[in-house]
Amino acid sequence: MSMRRVLLFIPLVICIVLGFLFAKGLPLNPTELPSAKIGKPFPAFSLATIRNANEVLTEASLKGEVRLVNVWATWCPTCKQEHSFLNKLAQAEGVEIIGINYKDQRNKASEWLKRYRDPYVFNLYDEQGSLGLDLGVYGAPETYIVDAQAIIRYRHVGEVNARVWVELKAKMLALGWSPKKS
Amino acid sequence: MKWFTIVLVLLSFSVFAAIDTFEFSSDSERQMFRQLSEELRCPKCQNQNLAGSNSAIALDLRRELHRMVLSGQSTVQIKTFMVDRYGEFVLYKPSVNSSTYMLWYGPFALLFIGFFVVFMMSRKTSVSAEKPTDNEVVNKSAKHEETTSHRQKMHDLLGSKND
Repeated sequence: MSMRRVLLFIPLVICIVLGFLFAKGLPLNPTELPSAKIGKPFPAFSLATIRNANEVLTEASLKGEVRLVNVWATWCPTCKQEHSFLNKLAQAEGVEIIGINYKDQRNKASEWLKRYRDPYVFNLYDEQGSLGLDLGVYGAPETYIVDAQAIIRYRHVGEVNARVWVELKAKMLALGWSPKKS
Repeated sequence: MKWFTIVLVLLSFSVFAAIDTFEFSSDSERQMFRQLSEELRCPKCQNQNLAGSNSAIALDLRRELHRMVLSGQSTVQIKTFMVDRYGEFVLYKPSVNSSTYMLWYGPFALLFIGFFVVFMMSRKTSVSAEKPTDNEVVNKSAKHEETTSHRQKMHDLLGSKND
């Protein structure tokens, strides 16, 4: 085959390469951003908890265990949707979940936890959203996997449900977490 | 009429821009705030910059940006702050590194390939125009012969008719 003939196949090759590229990109969700914080230590904070305004905690309180950190608020409809699943995780799977109550009001948050049950070990009261800003939160709910050294390993944006949990669980198990039945 | 159009265009921009009341102590700070809020992308509403979005997160980030500009931080410091939290995504003008080489230099590479192809094609045509193949030479001379004999015939015919 002459050189000229071979050159005629270039557009076809380009088409196939682009086709593969687009096929790979098509199922990706562009609204799901990769977190800039993966592999980095949890940002420093000093916040009171929801249940006690005098109980001030820092990032040291996250160390010692592989946990989920869930960013939520009473103004967020999806948070309400996922709340019963979080209750289930805490009860049936023994997952330790730490809450960040993001740009909310303490009395509303307490009321919510009383009414819908409380799956959290404790809740940080991030009234101004300053911890949210340092974490790179751009929309509640967001759920982070934080390892025993308080290093952020994964972020999920949006509702945590059974399908998402399969993924989260695999990642937590890989980090040395073991399910505890209580 | 021209001025009227310009005024209309300017007005239409202010409709899209979110309205905040931020105080600045100097025009350079105001200018810096305006430029950064246009260059930084809103993480929630992805096709808008911070200046153009009314989402809660954009408002928070504008406030943060205002605070940082007033405290005298440089453009680089502010961008680093945002990238540390929200990733490269927030920059409408991404920095040059190994993952963005394609983005920055890809178009120039394509342009170069385009020039190369055009060059090759033009060279090929000029070569074939200069040196016609044997086949073409034969065809041409045959055609030439044909036309001359045809003309001769015509001339003869017309000439004889004129006589």
